[in-house]
Amino acid sequence: MLKTLLSSRLAVLLLLAVVIALVPVLAPSSFYLRVAALVWVFALAALGLTILMGYAGQVSLGHAGFLGIGAYAVAIGPARLGLDPLLSLVLGAVLCGLVAYVVGKPILRLKGYYLAIATLGFGLIVALVLTSEGAITGGPDGMQVPRMTVLGWRVSGIQTWYWITGGALLIGALLALNIQASPSGRAFRALHDSEIAAAGVGVDVASKKLAAFVISGVYAGVAGSLLALMNGFITPEAAGFMHSIELVAMVIIGGLGSVVGTVVGAAFLVVLPQALTMLHEYEQAVLGLLIMAFMILLPAGIVPSLRRLVLERVR
Amino acid sequence: MAGLVPAIHVLFGDEVEHVDARHKAGHDDVRVCGAGCKVMAEFLQLVFSGLTVGAVYALVALGFTLVYNASDVINFAQGDFVMIGGMGTVFLMAAGVALPFAVLIAVVAAVLVGLLLHRLAIEPARGASPVALIMITIGASIFIKGVAQIVFDKQFHSLPAFSGTDPIAIGGATILPQSFWVIGGMLALVFGLWLFLERTLIGKAVLATAANRLAARLVGINVTVVLALAFGLSAAIGAVGGVLVTPITLTRYDVGTLFALKGFAAAMVGGMGNPIGAVVGGLLIGLMEAFGAGYLSSTYKDAVAFVAILVVLLVMPQGLFGRRSVERV
Repeated sequence: MLKTLLSSRLAVLLLLAVVIALVPVLAPSSFYLRVAALVWVFALAALGLTILMGYAGQVSLGHAGFLGIGAYAVAIGPARLGLDPLLSLVLGAVLCGLVAYVVGKPILRLKGYYLAIATLGFGLIVALVLTSEGAITGGPDGMQVPRMTVLGWRVSGIQTWYWITGGALLIGALLALNIQASPSGRAFRALHDSEIAAAGVGVDVASKKLAAFVISGVYAGVAGSLLALMNGFITPEAAGFMHSIELVAMVIIGGLGSVVGTVVGAAFLVVLPQALTMLHEYEQAVLGLLIMAFMILLPAGIVPSLRRLVLERVR
Repeated sequence: MAGLVPAIHVLFGDEVEHVDARHKAGHDDVRVCGAGCKVMAEFLQLVFSGLTVGAVYALVALGFTLVYNASDVINFAQGDFVMIGGMGTVFLMAAGVALPFAVLIAVVAAVLVGLLLHRLAIEPARGASPVALIMITIGASIFIKGVAQIVFDKQFHSLPAFSGTDPIAIGGATILPQSFWVIGGMLALVFGLWLFLERTLIGKAVLATAANRLAARLVGINVTVVLALAFGLSAAIGAVGGVLVTPITLTRYDVGTLFALKGFAAAMVGGMGNPIGAVVGGLLIGLMEAFGAGYLSSTYKDAVAFVAILVVLLVMPQGLFGRRSVERV
């Protein structure tokens, strides 16, 4: 009974919705609301990676590249091309999907280390373009993101953005859970376990991998757009190597393939630097140490390990 | 030359100043010869720069290869050994230690870090998936950088060149004496490594472990010691490369990332696990980068390595010298 409850899609969504609704009640100041909104945004980006890594078993060390493309879409669209911000967000997501398709088609033929390096190179090239094309992107100093107005209503204030990001995360989680339960989701898991076996039972391995990559790119792109709109400012650092690593770390630390785990992992890695501001100098050292410690000591991730613990207790 | 100078400047801050100085002093070889010769001089200049950085990439790639062969682990912290070698020497010399001793201590420090990495992070995670191992060594790399910015600082540092800074003119182009140190050092290390692997019993144990870990264990080789040795050796090779190249390219706590990525690209282009491939791949990546910076765009020179590996991986996934691999079901 507990086991079915823990793994049911509705329970996961309810749990997320309750947490999202409770944070504003418990948060003592708008600072905490801001941190929570950041958690939702990064969790959304990491959910895409959960589909790619957790379901389909393909690694990407360059997903911050999509985050950057999404973020700069809502900055460049309105500021340089006079497009509506909401339209820019949609176009950014479409662009991420297209880029993921074009990039993914050749490189997803690679496996393991090779795929890791190829995706890492992709992320690096996106960051390089964003840094170098100063006339369009504002260069390394970044650029201002125009405020979004929807039907004459100016979207601003951390309260508003908290609910927007929370809502986006819920939608993202719903889609991810549905994908997991769909025939495509089963195909993803089949090729995760063994590509050869998956191909043997009729799974179109190449196109399924590509589908997972495109979906995950769009997730990261939308998250990037929300991040840029919320902060009102964006720098090429958004697409940087460290962000790519943090996204992967969120997925693995929380628990590979688990939606709740992804949110927990995102919360962990977003809140940690805030908690370490006093030890700002040591932030990087602590982050590195934590990634190593989790990989070695708790390779299954926080949520699956907890779930196993709970189930063992009950039994 | 005008378009070339900023390009090379990005590659080699120092060297360009010398070229500029020679321009001003009026003894410019480039001007005496015709247009074809000028093109040739430009070309040669890029070859020199490419071979110099390429030699360091080759050393990093060699480190990757050594560890990969012995343990099937790709050590993303490989580039940080380059940083430890360079930064360690800089700070020891600032503390008044003479260059040879500073180099020795810095290399020993890098070896210790390599051994600790193996003992504390790789050994406990034996049998983990490639993704987990990637994340562990990336975590280690982030950790090393985090500690380096506390122990050292966040500034760029340089070392004095080992044997003067007077550029040597060859065929209208110039080459810094330090470049000979880098390229010569790389060749010496490669030769030394070859001697060690082929001519000593311990070296043969490393080769045996690389060939088949289980069989090596069965004939009485202590595989754990061999793996530690591979990590220590790769750290030493990277650190020496860092010491040699620092007078030319400067160093900072975070230079390791790009060295690691390009060293990895070099190892992959050459064919993962093949030492000769690693050296050829390193020099190739260095040359492509120099030509990319000189003739195309200096802004995107860091992208050259990745475009190169993408092309190589897609055209011949096993690299230039690699063996074709077949997945067993």
